[in-house]
Amino acid sequence: DQVLHIVPETFQQVQHLQHLCRTLLLDLWKPLLPQDIRAGEDLHIRVPAPLVKEVKDSLNQHMISYKVLIPDVQELVDQSMPRERSNHRQVPEGYDYTEYHPMEEIYQWMIQIQNSNSELVTQHYLGKTFENREMYYLQISQPSDKAKKIIWMDCGIHAREWISPAFCQWFVKEILQNYKSDPKISRFLQNLDLYVLPVLNIDGYMYSWKEERLWRKNRSSYGNGTCYGTDLNRNFNSSWGTVGVSYNCSSEIFCGPGPESEPETRAVAQFIEQKKSDILCYLTIHSYGQYILTPYGSTTEPPSNNEELMLVAKQAASALMGKYGTDYQVGPTSLILYNNSGSSRDWAHMIGIPFSYTFELRDKGTYGFLLPSNQIQPTCEETM
Amino acid sequence: ELSPSHFSASRAAALAAAYLCYRRGSPSRGLALRGVRRARREDIADVGHKYHLELLLEDVLAKDTTVNCTAEVLYPLGNQKSAPDVQFTLEGELRDTAEADNAFYNRIKSLDQELVAENIPDSQGNVPPALKPVHLLAWVASGYLIWQNSTENTKFQLAQVKRVKQVKRSDEYLEFDYLVLFHEMVSQEIIPWQMRVLWHPQHGVQVTED
Repeated sequence: DQVLHIVPETFQQVQHLQHLCRTLLLDLWKPLLPQDIRAGEDLHIRVPAPLVKEVKDSLNQHMISYKVLIPDVQELVDQSMPRERSNHRQVPEGYDYTEYHPMEEIYQWMIQIQNSNSELVTQHYLGKTFENREMYYLQISQPSDKAKKIIWMDCGIHAREWISPAFCQWFVKEILQNYKSDPKISRFLQNLDLYVLPVLNIDGYMYSWKEERLWRKNRSSYGNGTCYGTDLNRNFNSSWGTVGVSYNCSSEIFCGPGPESEPETRAVAQFIEQKKSDILCYLTIHSYGQYILTPYGSTTEPPSNNEELMLVAKQAASALMGKYGTDYQVGPTSLILYNNSGSSRDWAHMIGIPFSYTFELRDKGTYGFLLPSNQIQPTCEETM
Repeated sequence: ELSPSHFSASRAAALAAAYLCYRRGSPSRGLALRGVRRARREDIADVGHKYHLELLLEDVLAKDTTVNCTAEVLYPLGNQKSAPDVQFTLEGELRDTAEADNAFYNRIKSLDQELVAENIPDSQGNVPPALKPVHLLAWVASGYLIWQNSTENTKFQLAQVKRVKQVKRSDEYLEFDYLVLFHEMVSQEIIPWQMRVLWHPQHGVQVTED
């Protein structure tokens, strides 16, 4: 729907406009009634979308000039009012991947995804969070007689980085929608299994929806309930507690009382440890900053396969840039960002997983953690 | 010489961009750091560390518009509590925003009641169009706070405007009382800050802390 601004110049134009309004039953915003339309005075009309062309053609035909005051009325309405979260958003066919979803919807989405793609997708239990919620990952695996290597991807280790779980969901959707038609994806699945954990820090993610949007850590309680949360990405057993951390619960980078002290960390670590000889690549998705980060954060000493790690990452960054021109920087965390120990990415590499990367998605700080939902699609498309 | 992606270069660049935005920004013009072209660090005995930077900035409202910039950031030695010294030169002219600035100014002046708003952007990242200049003004003004409080070990970004209240004035200036949240990248902390912002289309932005 559009709102047009017209200043009729002659009596004839006024008559034509009145005729148009009456016959098409157009919504007059100013003045309120057709009989009040006057030459030389502002006229604002809302034209429903299906009639926009007809009305503009008619105006042009009668040499009546107009300006588009509001190009999209719905957009303005949506922006001025928060949209109701309806309960009808569970079905993947109707699932809106360009919106952020609360955890309850993501749980249901996982079940639906398994149900509608049961030949390829199975949901597996990983463990429980501090607040006793169930952690599940999705396994995307094409039946085959040959043993396949695994690519693991987790999202949402930090609660406030909402674009990250949004990407995991998008990724799954893209693979499932295109594996039959896209030769690259189908070849991929012939040789590799994909394991996707859409939200690692479930308690934290829910807390960021309900209580504090910019929460980062999990929700484990310390000091008799006086302080909450360990930074899960400082809690892994990779040079744990040495650098870039705090030993104080009140800090955002509190590494916990010990390595793998958190149930969420243990759930992931135990699983990956068990499967490590089959895991080719470990990916962990964060925001923001636009980086592809390689090991290590705890030291500037390069990993043994640094050249290969960098080469692959640079190719990824350049492919990403090819889509929308978005610029990602590549390199080890210790040089690009800061020193940190206990990260999941470092740990994965240290236990022998050759390709281990942290992705920091859009943007570079303009919106930061509050990335608008209209950027979900381009962010996810370029990252695919 | 530093790699442009090294964190000390990107921290100095972020500071320079914030300062620059404060000096040259308005409710219709925000400047953000797009990238670092070159970076060099000079250690000056008894004074501090000076970073020589070549930066690429983008206009937040017209993302394809970029401007080159050279900047020098001098962080004083640790014991001094003064703000880093920033000098910069922009290549070419910035987009003229007088019309948009005046339109915003007049719109606020003609409000029946003082403007009040919260959570910009909201949780989903949305900013209502009418509040975009208010958001941008916060972005510009926060450049002042970032400049005053940065060290080589910090990198601040404005995360959200928690609350803004217009303050009635008898003179021609517009005044806003902002409660903003900063994200500090190294500690990952979210830091609230209160600032009073004065603005007039011809007189630029002025910030006082509370």
